[in-house]
Formats: sequence, C-alpha cells, structure tokens
Amino acid sequence: MAVDDVDGARKTLERTLPLPGVLGLLCEHPCEKPCLRDALGGTVAIGAVERACITRGRPGSKPLCMPGKGKTAAILGSDISALTAAWDLAKKGVAVTIFTSGEQAGGHLRSLPAATLPPAALDEALAMLGRMGVTITTGQTLDAALLARVGTDFSGVYVEMTPGNPLGLARADVDTLTLLAKEPNVFCGGWPTADGALSIIDMATDGRRAAVSLDRRINATTLTASRFREGPCSTRAYTNLEGKAPVARVIPADATGIPTPETAKAEAARCLNCQCLECIPKCAYLEHYKSFPRVYARQIYNNLAIAIGNRSYTKMLDSCMLCGLCTEICPENFDMADVCLYARRDLFKRGKLGPSIHEFALEDMEFSNSPECSLFKAEPGQSTCANLFFPGCQLAGEPDSKIPETYAFLREKLSGGVGLGLGCCGMPAHWSARFERFEEIMAAFRTQWEALGKPRVITACATCQEAFAKGAPDIPVISLWRVLAEETGLPATAGVAPTGSVAIHDPCTSRHDDASQAAVRALLKKRGVTIEELPLSQNMTQCCGFGGLADVAHTELAAVTTARRVAQSSNDYVATCAMCRDRFAHFGKRTYHLLDVLFPGELDDPAARPDPGFSFRHEERARLRRQLLRTVWNEDISDTSPVGPALVVSPEVRERMEVRRILDEDVAEVVSRSEAGEQHFIDASNGHILAFYRPRNVTFWVEYSMENGTAVIHNAYSHRMMVYGTSTGARQ
Amino acid sequence: MSERTVFLPETGEWRCSCGGEMQPAKVDATYLQGGFSITLLTCTKCGTPLVPEDLCLGRMYEVERVLEDK
Repeated sequence: MAVDDVDGARKTLERTLPLPGVLGLLCEHPCEKPCLRDALGGTVAIGAVERACITRGRPGSKPLCMPGKGKTAAILGSDISALTAAWDLAKKGVAVTIFTSGEQAGGHLRSLPAATLPPAALDEALAMLGRMGVTITTGQTLDAALLARVGTDFSGVYVEMTPGNPLGLARADVDTLTLLAKEPNVFCGGWPTADGALSIIDMATDGRRAAVSLDRRINATTLTASRFREGPCSTRAYTNLEGKAPVARVIPADATGIPTPETAKAEAARCLNCQCLECIPKCAYLEHYKSFPRVYARQIYNNLAIAIGNRSYTKMLDSCMLCGLCTEICPENFDMADVCLYARRDLFKRGKLGPSIHEFALEDMEFSNSPECSLFKAEPGQSTCANLFFPGCQLAGEPDSKIPETYAFLREKLSGGVGLGLGCCGMPAHWSARFERFEEIMAAFRTQWEALGKPRVITACATCQEAFAKGAPDIPVISLWRVLAEETGLPATAGVAPTGSVAIHDPCTSRHDDASQAAVRALLKKRGVTIEELPLSQNMTQCCGFGGLADVAHTELAAVTTARRVAQSSNDYVATCAMCRDRFAHFGKRTYHLLDVLFPGELDDPAARPDPGFSFRHEERARLRRQLLRTVWNEDISDTSPVGPALVVSPEVRERMEVRRILDEDVAEVVSRSEAGEQHFIDASNGHILAFYRPRNVTFWVEYSMENGTAVIHNAYSHRMMVYGTSTGARQ
Repeated sequence: MSERTVFLPETGEWRCSCGGEMQPAKVDATYLQGGFSITLLTCTKCGTPLVPEDLCLGRMYEVERVLEDK
C-alpha cells in the first residue's frame, strides 16, 4: 500500500484472510492497539488501510482448494464464524453444507449499513463459497433434531453460537483450544460478547479455529498437538525504534469509511515494517546470505532433509564462525552456532560433510599432536607439577612466540613446579563435528595430565580454555593473563612499548571469560599502555574470521569478516590469541600479541611482523619442541635434516601456496621424489620440471627448476580428483 | 559449469621423464561417486597424463565441490 501497489497488497492479504471482501471491510482491527508506531506519532490505521486495499484492489480468483476426499462437514449458522469455517474447510477439500434459518445466508452481516458492508460484497463472498464447493441450504430450523441428523450424516459439524443455536453452551463450557462441544465430532464457536454484541474478528477467529479442529478430527489426527500461534498472540520479535522519526497519523483513530488513495498510501508508509535484524549488520556471515537466522535455520533443516540431490547449503552452515555474537545480540538468544554445529554433526554422521572442507585444518591439528611437536613434561628433575603451561598450538607456531621466556618466568614465580605441554586442544575436531576425535584428543591429554599429578593448566589461548571447558570440565584451567595479573606480576624488563593507544581485540572464545578480559586490561595498564575499547568488545567481541574453521570453508567470506574487524580503529591492535593476531597481520593491520608488550623479545616492531603462514607455523612447532628439550631439559636432540634440496619460494608463489593450503613440506616431498628419479615432466623450452605426488587424498603438482643445488619453485597446485592415465598404474 | 573437455598446457614443450612423447589423449577423472572424461597431454609410452593448473583450479575444483554436496 505504501508504494501504491494496491493489487499486490490485496493479493498478500488474500493469502491468509478468509472472505477477504467481507472481513477486510469489517475487521475491528484489534491489532492496531499494540502497534509500535504508537510512540512515534500514533499507531498505524491498519483497519482503514485494509478497507482501502479491499475497495481498490483487484479481487483474486478462486482460492486453491485441495481435491475432495469424500469428507463432509455440516455448518449450522451462516454468520461470519460459520462462513469462515466453511471457507477454510472448503480449501482443505472438505465438502461443506451450510444450514441457515433465514432466506439468505449472512446472519447479522445482512443488518449492517450498506456504507459499512455493501450487500454486493457479501453476495460476492457467498458466490465465491459456492464456487469453492460450499452448499448453502436456507430456511432450516436449527434444532436438536437437525443437529442429531447432521451429526451422523456428516463427518463433522460446526455450530455457530449466535442466538437461536441448538447447543446452548457457553464459551466456558467448551475447550478453548479445540472448541470441541460434543464428542466425537461437534465443534462450536462465534458467541456474542458479554454485552450481546458480535465481534467480527473474534467470530472469524472461532470459525478458523473450529475448522482446524474439524479437519483434524475428520482425518483422525490429534486435535491438540502443535496448536500454537492460532488466533491473536503476542510476538517475540524485537524491533529497534532507535533512530526512527515520529510521523503523525494521517488517518484519525475514529475514522470510518474508505480513505482516499493518497491518505491510505501516506498512512501505510508510516508502518515501521517491524522485524528484528539486530544481529545482521554485526556479522558478515549472517549478512552474506541475505536473509536472517529464522530463514537460515529453515534452509539448514531442509539441507539436512535432502535425500537425493545437491545440499546447496552445506557451505553456508560450514561458514559460520560459531563465535556466538548473534546469540549475545539476540533478544531471544537464538543460537546460530548451535544450529550450524548440529547440522555439521548430522551431515558428518551420515558421511555427507564434504571431506575436503576441514581436512587441511584437521591434518594441521594432528601434526601439532604428533611426536614431532607434542611434549608433556614436568620441570627438569621432577615427575609431577602443580601447574602445567599449555600455550596452545597457534602461539607455538609463531616466530618469537616468547613461550620459552614465559615458561622460564612461570617456573621462577610459581611454587609447586611448572610443567610444559605442547600440542593442540582438539578444537578443530569439535568445530568440524568430529566429536569422537575431539574426545580422543581430550582423553590423551587427560592421560598426560594425570601422569603429571593433575596440575592446574595455564593456557595462553582462549580456544584451548573453551575446549577444556567442553571436553574436560573437571580439569582446572586458567588463562596465562590471569596468572600474570593476579599471581606472578610481570617481569622487570618489559617488551615493546606501543606508541599511542592500542585497541584491544578479545578473542571470540573468551567472550564469557570476564576475569581474563579484566586481566588483559590490567596487564596493559601496568605496562603503561593506553587502551582503546573497540565498539564490539568483551562479551560482544567479533570473531577474527578463523573461528569455527570458517576460513577454510569460505575463505572470501572470512576475509570480509576480518577486513571489517581491522577497520574498526586506526590504532594498532593488541590480541591475546596468536591466530587472531596473524589474521589481522595478514590483512595489513599492525597487531601486537599481548606477550610482545609483556616480555622482551627479538623484534623491534613486533606489530609489523607478517602472518608467518601455515608452513612456517608447522615447522616452528617442531623446532620449538626441540629447542625447549635442548635448553630446558638438556636433552641431546638434533634438528632433523630437511627433505630434499633447499627450496627457494618467492613471495608471490608463497601467497599462492597459502591460499591453496599447500605446505613447504608437501612441495619438498614432490621435489625430492622427482630429483630421486621418480616420474616427472620436463619443459624443453625452459628446463622447468613439473612433478607430482599424491601422499594422501590430494595430488600435489610442483613446477620448479634446479639452480645451484636449490629448487626454485615456480608454481604449485593440487587436486583431489583421481586422474587415470592411458595405461594401468599411470594415475594421479 | 564449463563444458570444455580439452585441457592442454598453455605453454611449454613438455616431455616425459620416461622418454616418451606427449600426445593429447582421453582420460578419466573421478572423485567420490562421480567424475568426467577429459583430454589431457599424456605420455604415449607410460600413459601418464599431465594435469594443468587451470584444470585443477577450474573444472576439477567445481566438480569436487558439487560431488561433496551430493
């Protein structure tokens, strides 16, 4: 109506409104009362706008009626509740016969002034009922005898409770949910109000409710299950009125009759179009799919229900960061993360979660827990410890991670001994719905933890903390930040001192850890750093784009999330999660890790260090373990020699490999095999070699040339498909 | 989805390390429950096909995604 598409408006109305040509003119519009526009110029005159719509809009053709299945219903009475019940039952394929006492159907509608209801409008509605297969029998005596007869002749009966009805029941005598009057098949409704008046919309509501009951009884299904939101009900939808300008009512509250097209249009334009979209602008993921969580939940459900065909929403449900911000924002606490993780689990259990999506992250997790990187030890010379420093696998993959310095400091300050744990908490398994693997990793951790005397776990990763809370809630875990702020204090020598304010980015997995958030701020203040709070921080913090393995599922969308986050302040950021820091650095944002400020390190400007990338992190975890075993436990452990010739990788090729999730070690394996004489191709025009190797589910192709004993990498790509050559055995 | 079925390297004079000549030949590519046939530069001696980059990034990637969503 607001854009003057009156025919379109009427079409919308007719989708749900029975007898639109009558009800649209007569409805007493009780819905106007709770209209939120009230505080901003008065409620919208919905009744008047509806009358304009019905008067000017083109009536639709006959509503779609389901084919009849031999079921019949008798309706005693012909006022608006009876006509509504007939309308709804006819649409459901029930053959309806109306019994009315007068010469014409319509009941008290016939006595209304023509200006309120033109007789032609009622006649047209009755004619439409006729086209829908409803039979109207006039001049009947609506008595007990008729009721008894139709009770046996018809599948079900509706009795309209206007004066003269044969039932004589009060509203209080019947079940309010079903309107069942007499077992097995007599229903009633449409009573006058206490003062004897007849409310059009209340009567129509009864007619519709009774039609639902009758249809269910006729089809021998439950009368009561899933019957919510019938009739008037309050909405849980939240509408934010902030920034909405007041606009005075165009049509007065007491106006009757049909408004002019101009006034109807202006009045309709006052509608706030109530809908809750609070979470959408704060989440690039929710925004990307151009709808809102209620619709997404439906799409995800449908995606799960597909038996044969494409599950086109799998990528969508894999792209959620599972960060929980939408739940924090939602007035109803709708949990999109829960929906997405449940759906991933359902697909995984049925073998329908695409194997490629999470494989790289899961392999990275397994590598972190492999003997090359994993370590659980008490302090040198001790077998148990009161504390276990478990920094987390992402920090362990950082250049200048300050794990050795932090570990030494904790040993110096905490009594009872501090052990060291290197490995991954298993969260990638949880995020990718591999719950069994997550439990195995937790069980393996528990074995080590018990052997060390059940120490308190001190972690520098909020995601590890969340993983322990989910998988081993009995293991005591505290953040490194709280230990430094509340127990040990800081080392005498500080790290770098940022110039100007720095904006704190809380990791999404620390959302509910108020104590750690406070500790982070206290530590920065102790180091004399001026703090800026981002618009969304602490409980309302935004994910960096990595959470929930969103980045591997939908790289471009996760990039939008990260780009938006880093644009929220021009100041440098400080992060407490190594993965958040690296992502921001990858997107060009100068970002410190908190440890850069707390502990002295090797870099002059750690905020400027680039994202080390997957390959570096991989190798660094193994190197860090060896370094710590040598320096802390004095173990005689040498660095492993790299596979094959040394690689030269340009920044362009390095970036390409990162995007394609190809590690240096994959490339090194291909080159070393090719150089050892395994099959490859040679480009005679430039001497480049194109070699391939399929170690697991992926074939890696590497184009390189040997220069002075080193392999210069020109390109690397991979595929999962198997390619079968023209002779047996020739396949990639 | 691209209907292209011939994927030969855009540049280079390719030889196989086994000494065989390279000629276009029809080969099969499969993944999960699906696949397709394509023409690749293939060694006439040992039968090994050369899978070019644009095939990996284009059609193979698309087909892998589609088959995973089946």
